[in-house]
Amino acid sequence: MPGVEGDRFGRRDADALLREIEAAERPRHRGQLKIFLGYASGVGKSFRLFDEGRRRHERGEDVVVAAMQPEVTPEIARTTCDLEVIPSRNVGGVPVVDVPALLARRPQVCLIDGLAYANPPGSRHVNRYEDVKELLDAGISVITSINLEYIAEQQAFVRSVTGTVPAHTVPEDFITCADEVVVVDAPPDAATPAPARQLSTLRQRALLLTADVVDRQLEDYLRLHGIDSSWGTQERILVCMTPRANAAKMLESGRRNADRFHGELFAIYVVQENLTEEDRMANERNATLARAQHAQIEVLEGRDPVATILDYARRHHITQIFVGHNLRRNWRARLRGTPLERLIRDAEGIDIRVFPQ
Amino acid sequence: MTATDRTPARGHLKVFLGYAAGVGKTFQMLSEAHQLKRQGVDVAIGYFEPHSRPDTIALGEGLEVIPRRTIEYRGSRFEEMDSEAILRRHPQVAVVDELPHTNVPGSPRPKRWEDVHVLLDAGIDVVTTMNVQHLESLNDQIWQSTGVRVRETIPDWVLKQADEVVMVDLTPRALLNRLARGVVYPPERARAALENFFKESTLVALRELAMRQAAYAVESRLPDEEDAAQPPRAEGDVHPQERLLLLIGPDPASAAVIRRGRRMADHLRAECLAVYVSRAPGLADLTDAERTNLERHFNFARGLLIETRVLEGTDVADAVVEFARLHGVTQIFVTRDKKRVVRAWFGQGLVQQIVNRARDMQVTIVADRSTRRTDG
Repeated sequence: MPGVEGDRFGRRDADALLREIEAAERPRHRGQLKIFLGYASGVGKSFRLFDEGRRRHERGEDVVVAAMQPEVTPEIARTTCDLEVIPSRNVGGVPVVDVPALLARRPQVCLIDGLAYANPPGSRHVNRYEDVKELLDAGISVITSINLEYIAEQQAFVRSVTGTVPAHTVPEDFITCADEVVVVDAPPDAATPAPARQLSTLRQRALLLTADVVDRQLEDYLRLHGIDSSWGTQERILVCMTPRANAAKMLESGRRNADRFHGELFAIYVVQENLTEEDRMANERNATLARAQHAQIEVLEGRDPVATILDYARRHHITQIFVGHNLRRNWRARLRGTPLERLIRDAEGIDIRVFPQ
Repeated sequence: MTATDRTPARGHLKVFLGYAAGVGKTFQMLSEAHQLKRQGVDVAIGYFEPHSRPDTIALGEGLEVIPRRTIEYRGSRFEEMDSEAILRRHPQVAVVDELPHTNVPGSPRPKRWEDVHVLLDAGIDVVTTMNVQHLESLNDQIWQSTGVRVRETIPDWVLKQADEVVMVDLTPRALLNRLARGVVYPPERARAALENFFKESTLVALRELAMRQAAYAVESRLPDEEDAAQPPRAEGDVHPQERLLLLIGPDPASAAVIRRGRRMADHLRAECLAVYVSRAPGLADLTDAERTNLERHFNFARGLLIETRVLEGTDVADAVVEFARLHGVTQIFVTRDKKRVVRAWFGQGLVQQIVNRARDMQVTIVADRSTRRTDG
């Protein structure tokens, strides 16, 4: 176990290494994509976006405005007054980002307020986000904004909350793969008409979506550095199924706990020899139950079940392991402790929850 | 409430939640103060920490500042928020930076959040700021992921009682840029900061924790459905009430059980109770030092609004399981058995004994998060 000091130096080196690897992996010419994500209109995404543009401009970056909302507040007008604008072209009432003009002008950073637009027929790309992709490919960084309701994979949820969703969407991948996502969590201005409960529900969803993006970045970092234990930022519950354990209860409780923490649920089964037909049927039933609870299921092999479980738990950054209690104590248990005792002893940093059987 | 009852309505508490210095909490708080002032609200600054950041100092201008109290301590002079002066001035809204701050000894109250509660009790609305790592129940997790033990903490219920929690977000990259440009701290402090909280990986982890905490804050404050006839939203909601029992003692690991139990109870909307099983009346089974530690853990639990109880019994496992059964407990939280417990051939550790006897409830063995293996 390294001491705190050794720890710190190790981590600092790791950070430097991460930046190096990132820099090496990123195609040198590709632009950076930064997205301001909001949960409703009127929360101040546009202001945050243009304010960042203004500050970058003041620091000497070459920033241009490529798309604004049709109506801007006086505050935004003040913020953008020193910035060069490459106006969007109006095609049949639809503002289209002027990609050829931007490619010719080649700024460092381009500000596009509103990512979710469908371009009119005959445009260079069907959707505005594809325009953005072309700009990024050309080495121009883009700062843009979007509301939750425009993300394709979120629309079913949004519809269940508000009853309505807009037609144009952006694939969630496009958002989650951005270099940076910022959640704009301010309360909406008084003009926003939606009921409080709807707004709160959408707000929570936007925060959790961004948290998941951040979690993926953290996971990548941990994986890149071979760090195999949980940092506990997100609850991840692992249910260990055996033929005799009451898997139904553990899975049901696991799902409820995972939901309450907005975490993830995993279920594993370690293959054992000499299974009876009855055991095999129990395993089948357990697998069906696990699928019904939307757990990520895996069948593992390993001579030592405890070590196999812990190895899996560490690789998946599990924070809680659910196990059934088995009273059997054989000669080996007397020597080395019961499997449960070994699990508890070796599960550093992971809670163990034992279910009665 | 009768007409003669002159107790003012409790003030409204709004918290800007961040994950590090420099993400813009104070800035956003002051922006809000200006906005309120423009709307004609009587707002005054009770305390704000300019950190000599030009943007922030500029934003403080034009707002009334209630002078601070100067306190002498060990030959030095410290400036603290003057709650009594704020009460006398009695604005509609008081702006108070850094909720988890610990006041210098000699102040009327040890913690700033206690000062804030005095203001709220007097009917003054308060707008304040804090970082997620100061939340008590996250203390072990923060240590696990950052290697930093946060000393200034606030009980979770303080944040839970806030009427509104708003996440102030900035990406770690942008924050590190600000740090490098000297916007956040002067150069020397910036270098020290980079050694601690300001490693990119740490910032990413803290940011995620802050977002999840903010999401939880929004969820637990969801206004009631407008349509009361709607069926329960999720199957989980019809589940019987969970009740958690924390088994604690003089051992330092008890603190982790209390924090983890508190966090679990909050998320599961469960009740939570802490007990110690004494093998002799009057805690005679403990040394003076152990008794002091136990008392400290009991106080710690009570500070987090966990009821505490001393049970008596010669068999700890029996006593705790019987008590649990009597009180409808669904889950018992325990620490791991000490590593080098010498055991007879058939002997069992306490955890195993409790597990064997608690045939009708779950037993959670709380991880020891004090040792870190994050860097492999």
